[in-house]
Amino acid sequence: MNEATLTYYPSRDFKANARAALADSNLRASFRGAMDFLMGKRAAQFPDAHELAELRKLGEAIRQKSLAKLPELLEQLEAKLTENGVTVHWAETTEEANAIVHGLIAAKGGKLAVKGKSMVSEETELNHYLEARGMTAIESDMGEYIVQLAGEKPSHIIMPAIHKTRADIARLFSEHIPGTPYTEDVDALIQIGRQALRQMYVSADVGISGVNFAIAETGTLCLVENEGNGRMCTTVPDMHIAITGIEKVIEKLSDVVPLYSLLTRSATGQPVTTYFNMISGPRRPGEKDGPREVHLVLLDNGRSQAYSDEQLRKTLQCIRCGACMNHCPVYTRIGGHAYGTVYPGPIGEIISPHMLGLENTVDLPTASSLCGACGEVCPVKIPIPEMLMRLREESVRDPHEKVAHPLRGQGAGVDKEVKLAWRLWTGLYSKPGYYRLFGWAATRLRGLTPRHQLGWTQNHVPMKPAPKTLHELMRERRKETGR
Amino acid sequence: MSQKRPPADVYFFGTCLIDVFQPQAGLDAVTLIEREGVRVHYPDAQSCCGQPAYTSGEVAAARRVARAQLDLFPEAWPIVVPSGSCAGMMKHHWPTLFAGTPDEARAKEVAGRIVEFADFLLNTLDWQPTDLGQPLTLAVHTSCSARREMNTHVNGWALIDRLANVKRVVHEREAECCGFGGVFSVRHPDIAGAMVADKAAALKDSGAAQFVTADCGCMMNINGKLAKDGDTFAGEHLATFLLKRTGGAA
Ligand code: SF4
Repeated sequence: MNEATLTYYPSRDFKANARAALADSNLRASFRGAMDFLMGKRAAQFPDAHELAELRKLGEAIRQKSLAKLPELLEQLEAKLTENGVTVHWAETTEEANAIVHGLIAAKGGKLAVKGKSMVSEETELNHYLEARGMTAIESDMGEYIVQLAGEKPSHIIMPAIHKTRADIARLFSEHIPGTPYTEDVDALIQIGRQALRQMYVSADVGISGVNFAIAETGTLCLVENEGNGRMCTTVPDMHIAITGIEKVIEKLSDVVPLYSLLTRSATGQPVTTYFNMISGPRRPGEKDGPREVHLVLLDNGRSQAYSDEQLRKTLQCIRCGACMNHCPVYTRIGGHAYGTVYPGPIGEIISPHMLGLENTVDLPTASSLCGACGEVCPVKIPIPEMLMRLREESVRDPHEKVAHPLRGQGAGVDKEVKLAWRLWTGLYSKPGYYRLFGWAATRLRGLTPRHQLGWTQNHVPMKPAPKTLHELMRERRKETGR
Repeated sequence: MSQKRPPADVYFFGTCLIDVFQPQAGLDAVTLIEREGVRVHYPDAQSCCGQPAYTSGEVAAARRVARAQLDLFPEAWPIVVPSGSCAGMMKHHWPTLFAGTPDEARAKEVAGRIVEFADFLLNTLDWQPTDLGQPLTLAVHTSCSARREMNTHVNGWALIDRLANVKRVVHEREAECCGFGGVFSVRHPDIAGAMVADKAAALKDSGAAQFVTADCGCMMNINGKLAKDGDTFAGEHLATFLLKRTGGAA
C-alpha cells in the first residue's frame, strides 16, 4: 500500500466530505438500508424494555467502576499478564505503539503479519507503518480485507466495508486475487476470500489482533468475533501481538457476561457471536499449538485527556458496539468516511477531539442536531449529547482562559463575528426593555426581512417575523379581558 | 390518567420563536387553557430559555439569558411551555446550567414547575374535547428533546386521539429527527437539508392532510422547507389545531 491509498479520506474538511457523500445517492441508499437492517436486528434482541434498561444500568456501572479504578486495574492487569507469560508494553502515542509492534516483528526477522480486526491499529495506521518498513500486513476480517484491497479505510467500526456493494466486492476480488473469476454470488465471494486468507495464517510470522475486554483479575484478553479469523490470528503464528486502548480493562471475569451480551446484541443484533476467544498466555510446555510469544500493547493516544475530566471520562465507557452510528440520522446520511477520522458517527464526534485535538476536529462536535438517538441506544449509557455540548463549550472557550483540565485545541472554534453575535444576543435577551424594543422593531420591519439568511435559506423560505409579537398580543388581550 | 386537581392559575412561558415568529400558536395555547377555567399569567419580562446559546457551547451567555427569566415566576404555580425543546431546556438543563452558582436552588425550584403544554392539557387538565371538525387524517411530529427527555409524544397522540373525527396516522421513521437542532440547521445546512427533506416527504407520504407538532423549531423547519419547495402541505402547532377543532375561543 502506498501513501496515496491511505489518504482515502479526501481531507478532514468535514463539510465538504459530507456534501460529497450526500450527493452520492447510491451511497446514501446503501447506508440507509444497512442501518435500517441493523436497527431492526438490535430492536429484536431487546423486546423487553425493562430488561434492557436494567442491563444498560449494569453495563454503565461496570464500566464506570472500571474507569474509577483504572490506574490500579492497569497495574493488576500487567502483573497478571506477566505472570501468565504475556509481555505488556505501554505506548503514549500512536508512533510509539507502531514502533513497539515493528520492533517485536523485526527482532524475529519477520516480514508478514496477519491481522484480526482492530480499530486501535487503524488509529495508529499500523499497516502503513509496517509497509513503509518493508513488512506486509494482511487484514483477515472479511470486511477489513475488502477495505484493504480497495485501499480505503473502514466506514463503520463493526462493519468496515458496509459502504461496498456486492458488485464492488466482486470487482475487487477478480482484480486483486490471482485466478479469480468475476462473481456476485455471496457464498462464492466469501469462499474466495477465505481461501486467499487461509494461506496467510500458515506463512505469517505474527498475528495481530485487537482486544474487546482485558480482565485485570485473571490477566485474560477477550476477543469477540464471528469469522474465526481472530482465533486463527491469535493461535497459528508463532507470535501474537494484541493492541488496545488503556480504557479496555475491566475488573473481574464476571463483568464480561453483561458487557458481552450488551455488545453483541447492540452491535449486530446477535445473542452471541460465533467466536468468543479468551487468551491467557502463550503455549505452555507440552501444549501442541498456540503462539510461543504473546504481547499486549496498551495505547493512550489522548485517552488520558478524556480521563482527567470527570464529565468527559464517560467517553471512555464505550465498548465500541457501533449502535450510536447505526441510529444516527447524520451518520446514516453521510456514511463513515465523511468524518475523516477512524471512529465515525457519534462516538467519533466525542472521542476524536481527544485523539486529534479540537483544532483538527472542530466541526465534529457540531455535526449533530442533538436529537439524542445515540444516547438512547448506547448500551453503557454514555450521555453523548451532553459530551457534544461540553466539547462545543471547550471549542468556543477563549484559548487563553486557564481551566483545570484544558483540552487540546481549546478555543479552536472561536469565531470573532459569531462571538459578537452571541454578545448582542445576550444583551438583548437578558434585558426585558431592550428585548421588547427588539420584538417591536423586528415585527414592524418585517418587510425588510433579508432574503438570504446564512445557511437557513439554503433549505427554507426566509424566517419572517409575525406582524405582532406574542408580548403585544398578550398585552392587548389583557386590556380586553381586564387581566 | 392523572386527575390532579387543576390549578386555578398558571404561568405561561411563550418561548422566543413563538414570540416573534408564531405568536398565534402561543395565543391559541393560552386560549385553550383559559377555556378550561384556568387563569393564565404571562410575565411580560420573559424572553428566551437560553437554549440556542446553551447548545452552541456558549454557556455563560445561556446562563445570563436564563437568569433573566428566573425571577419571573414568584408564585408556586405551574409554568406551561408550548414548545417541547424549550420545556426540556428549562426542566432538565437549567439545574445543570446553574449548578454551583448562587441561583442553583431557585433554578431547581422553577425547573420543577415546568410543564410542557400537551402534558399539561392531557395530564393536569384531563382535557375532554368535543370535536366539531370534519373527518381528517393527521400526522404528528414530535421534537426529539420532547420525546427523549420528557416522553411527551404519547401526550400529543393521546390528545389527538380524543378528537372523534381525526384519524392519526404514523409516518415513516416517526421517531427520527427533522434536522432542526437550532444552530445545527444553519451550521450544517447540507446535512440538515437532507434530514428535513426526508422528514417532509415522510409526513406527506403518510396520507395525512396536514401535520401537527408541539415544537415551534421543528414546525418552522419543516414548514420552511415545504414552502421553499412550493408545497401546499403544511403543519400547525398542536394548540392551534386543537383550538380550531373545538370551536375556537370560548
Ligand atoms: S458510544 Fe455507546 S453506542 Fe456508541 S459505540 Fe460506544 S458503546 Fe456503542
